[in-house]
Amino acid sequence: MRTPRAWIAAAAAVATVTLSGIGVTNAATLEDVRAAGTLKCGINTGLPGFAYTDDRGTWTGFDVAYCQALAAAVLGDPTKVRYVNVSAANRFTALASGEIDVLSRNTTWTFQRDNELGFTFAGVSYYDGQGFLIRRSLRVASAKELNGASVCIQRGTTTELNLADYFRANNLRYEPVPIADNEEARVAYVAGRCDVYTADASALAATKSALQNPNDHMILPEVISKEPLGPLVRQGDERWSDIARWTLNVLLAAEEYGVTQANVRDMARAATPNPEVNRMLGSEGSLGAMLGLAPNWAVNVIAAVGNYGEMFERYLGARTPLGLPRGLNALYKNGGVLYPLPMR
Amino acid sequence: MAASGPSVARAWSNERVRALVVQAAVLAGIVALLAWLVANTAHNLETRGLKTGFGFLKDPAFFDINQKLIEYSSRSSFGRALLVGLLNTLLVSALGIVAATILGFAAGMLRLSRNWLMARLATAYVEFTRNVPLLLQLIFWWSLLTGLPGVQDSLSLGNVAFLNNRGARLPAPSAEPGFGMVLAGAGMAVVAAIAVSAWAKRRRLATGRGFPVAAIAIGLIVGVPTTLFLALGQPLAWDVPQPGRFNFTGGIQVTPELVALWWALSVYTGAFIAEGVRGGILSVARGQTEAAYALGLSRGATMRKVVLPQALCAIVPPLTSQYLNLTKNSSLAVAIGYQDLVSVGGTVLNQSGRALEVVSIWIVVYLGLSLLTSLFMNWYNRRIALVER
Repeated sequence: MRTPRAWIAAAAAVATVTLSGIGVTNAATLEDVRAAGTLKCGINTGLPGFAYTDDRGTWTGFDVAYCQALAAAVLGDPTKVRYVNVSAANRFTALASGEIDVLSRNTTWTFQRDNELGFTFAGVSYYDGQGFLIRRSLRVASAKELNGASVCIQRGTTTELNLADYFRANNLRYEPVPIADNEEARVAYVAGRCDVYTADASALAATKSALQNPNDHMILPEVISKEPLGPLVRQGDERWSDIARWTLNVLLAAEEYGVTQANVRDMARAATPNPEVNRMLGSEGSLGAMLGLAPNWAVNVIAAVGNYGEMFERYLGARTPLGLPRGLNALYKNGGVLYPLPMR
Repeated sequence: MAASGPSVARAWSNERVRALVVQAAVLAGIVALLAWLVANTAHNLETRGLKTGFGFLKDPAFFDINQKLIEYSSRSSFGRALLVGLLNTLLVSALGIVAATILGFAAGMLRLSRNWLMARLATAYVEFTRNVPLLLQLIFWWSLLTGLPGVQDSLSLGNVAFLNNRGARLPAPSAEPGFGMVLAGAGMAVVAAIAVSAWAKRRRLATGRGFPVAAIAIGLIVGVPTTLFLALGQPLAWDVPQPGRFNFTGGIQVTPELVALWWALSVYTGAFIAEGVRGGILSVARGQTEAAYALGLSRGATMRKVVLPQALCAIVPPLTSQYLNLTKNSSLAVAIGYQDLVSVGGTVLNQSGRALEVVSIWIVVYLGLSLLTSLFMNWYNRRIALVER
């Protein structure tokens, strides 16, 4: 549905900034979430693999699983999440205004967002890069041949800026066709309003998988940018950003140490030979208390969504319509760049 | 001290004093509320560590805009991007106001026509478009236009203009030496036409004799520049669109977003204007028409010279509101990706993070546009107001 969401979000943001009570400070997101009993999590309006509704109408996907993991860590229950769908153009106002507690919506970690916009990234949950989706019938082999093409692009994204840079650097002309979200992009691309749809390669794989004849379309070989995607929170609440960061780290560390959704309860019950696993799962030491969380917080996280590898295979991997390879998003031991921080 | 009690009571019983006190209290309340809003906003911005100020308007935007009436590239500033958006808003509003006015006056008069079919068609148009939400109409037009054939199968008009699902490609005129003469000639023809009409009006008031002003004026305004244009060897080159690999190159591109927004706004607002026009015409006393017929005026002349001038007094004030509505409704552009002020502003907001600043720019610009339109229409309304004799 095409709605002027940017308007509404912006108006809401301004109203919140002007009207919210003087006593309200930023530094108590954990207490606020506990008091409310639910985590308000900003997710995509619809992106296969990352945030989509299943046949029972519940939100699911890679980005959604992070919301569930965080809710499990903080509230002990992965279902205590209120999902707020945000578009590329209104996600930051939603986070800045407090409409959501955390944004888990394939968002690129950039200098400006981290510093000028006043956010803190919890880490990188998916290493991505920007690509181009195009019809095979146009017989284009490289993005360098796209001179004069109409390009669908989501407004307010880093891809919008990379696109301008790339075409400018290669001295190519193009017609930008601005779109609000991935679903609209698909509609415009199918209608032939644009020749090419450019977005993060993962989003293109998702879009391609949802097209009528996916094999009539291809993703061009060029990857024109680095897009480290990850969850983010408001700056200035160290406790909350630490919780967000270490919840993500638990997912990665669990994969490294072979802790899975199936075996996590057993491994937590009795001390294992690996002290790092014991500390993470709370049978040794007091890591949970250091974050202001329950001792079994990490057990809840892994029991809710599994480890990173399980999440990847469930929503994005070879057995899903997206069929994305692990690539960069494999553990450092397996040739990727994921390097879990020590749980100590 | 003892005397103050009765004197306060006496003052309170004075209606003027009471009114002053109440008004002062309300004013103080509003000022206090505004002051609290400003202080609270400043405090919240500070606790969230958000920077404020309009300095960011000078920073480079780094994004591209497809429809630009002035020079703009991704290296231009945020401020210039907003200006491009504003011009796009003005373009579609101006086009919309002209089309909605023509459509509205035609439909309003047709609803009163004696021609059964035309009257019913006009009624159907008004009732249908007035009662379907504008957003739906907008998406309808956009879907219709993007349902046209693709670029490779473009509809061609004599191989110079092309129509496809990316809009229309028209030949672009570019002036050659001598074209300035044609423009100057056209300007002089307009001046001459105004002079002729002023002279004819004076003569009619003095002697009662008519003069075919309209025919002469059109003849002047069309004839002079055309003659000059031909005499100077057609000093205008046409940049005809050429098929390219993905799109046509050259010429002027009219995007389906612009056309969809223009039509949706015109058709929707035209229906409201039609009702205003119909009401205005009906407000003119029947006796006026009958008197005009009795004097031997034709139906057309009665409408033009007797009914419409009086009806305009009733039509113009609501017409102003419709113009304002149309301009403000153009912000629905964001739904189909037409890059108006709200759409570009949303991108600027998102890329710069300056929500308060961008929203205040939106408010100030729309307020300014509305006030300017109102001022102009009020001036026009005073000009056409009936002079009681």
